[in-house]
Amino acid sequence: MDVAKLVALGLITLIAAYASDQGLDIAFRVHGFIVLVVAAGLFIHMLRRLGEPKPAIVATDYNDGPVRAGVIATAFWGIVGLAVGVLIAFQLAFPALNFDWAQPFANFGRLRPLHTSAVIFAFGGNALIASSIYIVQRTSRTRLFGGNLVWFVFWGYQLFIVLAATGYLLGATQSKEYAEPEWYVDIWLTLVWVAYLVIFLGTIIKRKERHIYVANWFFLAFIVTVAMLHVVNNLAVPVSIWGSKSVQLFSGVQDAMTQWWYGHNAVGFFLTAGFLGMMYYYVPKQANRPVYSYKLSIVHFWALIFLYIWAGPHHLHYTALPDWASTLGMVFSVILWMPSWAGMMNGLMTLNGSWDKIRTDPIIRFLVASLAFYGMSTFEGPMMSIRAVNSLSHYTDWTVGHVHSGALGWNGMIIFAMIYFLTPRLWNRGAMYSTAAMNWHFWLAMIGIVLYAASMWVSGIMEGLMWREVDDQGFLVNSFADTVSAKFPMYVVRGLGGTLYLGGACIMVWNMWKTIRGHAPVTQPVSQMTIPAE
Amino acid sequence: METYSLLREFADSWFLIAMFAFFLGASIFAFWPSQKSARDDAAAIPLRDDPKVCANNCPSCTCKTLFDLEQSNG
Repeated sequence: MDVAKLVALGLITLIAAYASDQGLDIAFRVHGFIVLVVAAGLFIHMLRRLGEPKPAIVATDYNDGPVRAGVIATAFWGIVGLAVGVLIAFQLAFPALNFDWAQPFANFGRLRPLHTSAVIFAFGGNALIASSIYIVQRTSRTRLFGGNLVWFVFWGYQLFIVLAATGYLLGATQSKEYAEPEWYVDIWLTLVWVAYLVIFLGTIIKRKERHIYVANWFFLAFIVTVAMLHVVNNLAVPVSIWGSKSVQLFSGVQDAMTQWWYGHNAVGFFLTAGFLGMMYYYVPKQANRPVYSYKLSIVHFWALIFLYIWAGPHHLHYTALPDWASTLGMVFSVILWMPSWAGMMNGLMTLNGSWDKIRTDPIIRFLVASLAFYGMSTFEGPMMSIRAVNSLSHYTDWTVGHVHSGALGWNGMIIFAMIYFLTPRLWNRGAMYSTAAMNWHFWLAMIGIVLYAASMWVSGIMEGLMWREVDDQGFLVNSFADTVSAKFPMYVVRGLGGTLYLGGACIMVWNMWKTIRGHAPVTQPVSQMTIPAE
Repeated sequence: METYSLLREFADSWFLIAMFAFFLGASIFAFWPSQKSARDDAAAIPLRDDPKVCANNCPSCTCKTLFDLEQSNG
């Protein structure tokens, strides 16, 4: 087995060496070099240990090593993604920040997908993988299935992120929003994702609990649907196997519809279903009460699954898409409001009887803020999907504000709660090093979101109104450049909001560092906080 | 008939009904009275691996009896 792995790694090293020398474009050559270094490193590592006896793994306790790595990766990519976000926010306000010396690599057009992928797939994705692995073991009361396969998932996913991010900077993109990575990176992610499905589903199958807890239903829906979306939206034929360029299988409006079927369900299943899985574990756990209504959680699950998949066409109002399709998307988006709020209420009402914890427990405060923003953005979203509203909001900063109230509010705040929940447990510390720092983080993040969302509402609605303003002769009053200069103050405020949010995250990283390095006042050993699986 | 039209007609009629029936079935099953104990059991899963939940509430309680007492899950 080890010899077969060595042969495979050796072959990959050779092919990658050829690709890094003979690749048709710079991105492909750099990626060939990255793969070369990784494969050669693994080859040497394995070769040195060949024939050594392997330490017997005590397979009775939970496999938390990958969760620890995932929590650190979440924080690391969070800082990277937020920092790039702040940079591009200020690039929009001050175009001189598209430095001449850094062209073409660090212009807005290449950094923007780096920001979106870093925050969604690197920050959010690592949080989802770490959380799902932690939660599925505890709620199935069994060790993770698949042994070391989870490390392939973890490092394979990091490699995907690095290849995607460097590809954007070097100009390799298939120009599909949130699906920019080129064909070979897509194939790699598919392999990693199948392995992820295997370890997750395997753990559920060998569970020692009679029932599959609702959080795991959401995680499973997230994993399965993302696999389906990813494969269908990335159907493409490479121009050459030694180059990064590929041609999409779909064209025209079919391509656009497939893209937004993917794009909206990336929101629906990556940023919603997966994160609801986190919510259904961390909220009951931190509030120390079972979820408010398990009935509601079942109805919530099936309603969300059945409705979200149809909502994509609302991204294509007033395009070549047939009216019936965009009406369908609009109607399903409006209906989605109900299950979304059912989930929010189910989370919030779990706190019934322990509302005082919002004052005393910073983690609960993060969770409640997260659910509140979930409620706000799932009201705003259906409203914006209505064709008449969309005619004002589409292509404006309102959309950007909506996305960020969801991403910074709902996804970001619940990830921070996750990090504060998991860090003391995973590293055997009684609590986070500093509660005051958690409070600082919370308020910096909250003020940051408010500045961000409010400035983008003002900017977006102003922009939409300026675009459609006509004089009594029927001529447009404003040129496009007029709207750009009118938005300047809002862009500065948005950048400030992002800076505050990033500052909060930096405080969190400092707090994590102090906690993990063992500076925390240990009030209670973790052996009492979590008991091992039987 | 083209494959598209055929599939489209099937999707608009029978498959739509099948999906809606499945959704209704799942929703009704969620409220089925005999499933109450199963629901309570499932809702208690995340709290069960944490002995703090049961500590100091009453000397003889187990986690299960505690949740039965609370009955906060309808």
